[in-house]
Amino acid sequence: MLELKGIRKRFGAVEVLKGIDLTVGSGEIVGLVGENGAGKSTLMNMLGGIYPPSEGQMSFAGRPFAPQDPADAFVKGIAFIHQELNLFPNLSIEENLLLNDLPTHHGIGKQVVSRQQLRQHAQVLLKRIGLDLPTSMLVGALTNAQQQLVEIAKAFRGAPQLIIFDEPTTSLSRHESEILFRLMSELRDQGIGMIFISHHLQEVLSITDKVVVLRDGELISQNATSSLTKETIVEDMVGRSMDKLFPKKRGEVSDQMLLDIRGLRGEGIGPLDFSIAKGEVLGFYGLVGAGRTETARAVFGLDPSYHNAIRWLGEDISHFSPAAWIKKGAVFLTEDRRVDGLMLGRPILPNVQLASLPRFAKRVLSRLSHEAIRGQVKVEVEKTRVKHLDLDTSPVAQLSGGNQQKVVLARWLMTHPKLLILDEPTKGIDIGAKEEIYDLINQIVEKGSSVWLISSEIEELLGMSDRIVVMNGGHITAEFDRRDFDEKAILDAALDRLNAEAP
Amino acid sequence: MKQRLQSISGITYVCVVYYVLAALVTPGFFSINNTWNLLYNFFPLLILAGGQTYVMLTAGIDLSITSIIAVCSVVGGFVMSADTTPFASEGSMIFFGIIAMLLTGVAIGLFNGLSVASFQMPAFMVTLTTMMIFSGFAVWLTQSQNIYNLPEAFVDFPYRSVLGLPTPVLIGIVLVLLGYLLLRRTIWGEWIYAVGANRAAATVSGVNVGKTLLLVYAMSGLSGGIAAIFYTARLETGSPVMGQNILLDVIGAVVIGGTSLFGGRGKISWTITGALFMTILDNSLNLLGLSFFLIMIIKGIIILGTAVFNRLQERRWTSA
Repeated sequence: MLELKGIRKRFGAVEVLKGIDLTVGSGEIVGLVGENGAGKSTLMNMLGGIYPPSEGQMSFAGRPFAPQDPADAFVKGIAFIHQELNLFPNLSIEENLLLNDLPTHHGIGKQVVSRQQLRQHAQVLLKRIGLDLPTSMLVGALTNAQQQLVEIAKAFRGAPQLIIFDEPTTSLSRHESEILFRLMSELRDQGIGMIFISHHLQEVLSITDKVVVLRDGELISQNATSSLTKETIVEDMVGRSMDKLFPKKRGEVSDQMLLDIRGLRGEGIGPLDFSIAKGEVLGFYGLVGAGRTETARAVFGLDPSYHNAIRWLGEDISHFSPAAWIKKGAVFLTEDRRVDGLMLGRPILPNVQLASLPRFAKRVLSRLSHEAIRGQVKVEVEKTRVKHLDLDTSPVAQLSGGNQQKVVLARWLMTHPKLLILDEPTKGIDIGAKEEIYDLINQIVEKGSSVWLISSEIEELLGMSDRIVVMNGGHITAEFDRRDFDEKAILDAALDRLNAEAP
Repeated sequence: MKQRLQSISGITYVCVVYYVLAALVTPGFFSINNTWNLLYNFFPLLILAGGQTYVMLTAGIDLSITSIIAVCSVVGGFVMSADTTPFASEGSMIFFGIIAMLLTGVAIGLFNGLSVASFQMPAFMVTLTTMMIFSGFAVWLTQSQNIYNLPEAFVDFPYRSVLGLPTPVLIGIVLVLLGYLLLRRTIWGEWIYAVGANRAAATVSGVNVGKTLLLVYAMSGLSGGIAAIFYTARLETGSPVMGQNILLDVIGAVVIGGTSLFGGRGKISWTITGALFMTILDNSLNLLGLSFFLIMIIKGIIILGTAVFNRLQERRWTSA
């Protein structure tokens, strides 16, 4: 149905696509994988009509395909579901669905929106994707997965024959992803072709018919999914064999408690009891909304909370704030680096030095030694292998996601932490950068520090943790030692109560 | 050399070009008398704009600065005027007068800072209301009367020289240097940028956001107190409407200098050029005999134009 032949794309002197041949049949789901910068987005943007190829032919449904712009591509039957949702949370489902062509009355009230027609249209669209919700609901009140489905419903305003999904599951929990996958296989049965872009190889393996791997603008492999394993895909993606995605780990967990928390209660969480030993990696698993981030924020003093006791190295702590924790040696890498991690408009230097400043001057108003700070920042930036042009001119907004994450990590490592709280540290970054971050975690732990690792990727937790705690609905529902790790049991603990509560 | 030239902001060139143009076109602009005039207008404005730069770097704004000047002037007037002073010697009148003005400025600034920091209210709302409150307070305190009979030595001080430099020049240079060092060489300075660039990230990184904001508004209040000393001496009166028209010039100086209205980006050195440009602009337009209202219109247009221009530059700068 879709056929690409010898597609090349140059931006100035840089060739980002070097002759891609690709076909997608009707009713076929093609997985498109590759590291960041491999050329996936460029390729998809050409299909979506954002820019034309420099060389090569595209044909779609038997005819040459050269969309003028995104609207043209949509009319010709290609729908593009972007990673960032394009929805207005303050408007209803129906308004979101038909914002671009709101039905109006005939005759005198021509400028007035016909609510009735709007509702009918919207209901048809929702039915198409099997979402059973009142169309007058505000989009802001929907779950992530429901919003994702509404976004897909928008595609059915036209008659899409090919749908491109760009990282649709990044903000979805496992359970929510499954809803999406169910819809995708229904669409497959209806003969719609799909391209599925994802970093989650497990998902790619479970949903696609064929997997295409891009690397440095070249098509490396194109195989039926049934013949592939995660390892072979990763090998194609990074161009070298990786025995294991997760580096073998390190030293012993000590008996000494670093952080011990009793009876922690906060907004929607608790009471919680848990502890972290020195040199331990404690994994926190759960669905999105299970209360993992909320727990970390409460402990770190960012959100109000109550507790019976919080002990740090055996010492009782009653008052805590981020500043106090950093001084004691606990730091918090937050979930969304763009929201409360980075100063995007500022360069690397101020971003990395920020949390360590109190070490370089006695008081807030006494003199800082910039030379000493700069030296240390340099060390951390090299240690975390941030690819950068300079330390103090280019804003970090210009770095790739993986490098941005490393900048935040460098900030925390510069404080010489005893406890590193990491909330989804590898979200939305490519495999190469992921591996480097795992490496850094292992290095920290080897030096006797502890890591509290919050993640939605179960493989990551299984690979990295000494112990996994599962949260569900604001409570801890299970705890596993490394020797008892069992993927199915962990998943059950994370999902259980939700299933019980469902009608 | 080329790089050197490029690193100087565009407004510096505009400033020089405008100065030459004004000297050619405006009668009486390029004279010793008027140059003194420029200096006397420039330094108080520079000090005010310096304080405002701190506030705007945190993505805030201090609209109450004019009322701070008025209250400080009135309080200083009461302490120093022969009619009302509780002190006997001229020396103690002046000493306590100046102390009272500085403290008043800091006190109002702290009040602003406390409201912005502890209740997390938008700065413009807090300072807009404190502007009303303290402007009203200054007029009420004096029953709308000016305060005369200030000590000779006080009224004289802007015209004296120390170490061969006129006192306003000397004080201005010292303060600006101090302001620069506080911003570039202390934790507080780094925190100011951080709070303006991303408040949530700053909090997570252990930045004491409340303390940073409190000090920033206190600093702006202090700059109001210092400026009030200059203005009160030059006008030889404590006036409850002093500084009423200066707000646009203060904000304008910072914005024209290039400091971002959205916080986190800006420099004291930029504000120096901005203040210089505002001073020359205001002075030349006055000399051309334009009406007060026409001057307001022109200044407003120029400031808005620069703000839009800066915004466009900034968007290009931060988008990857």
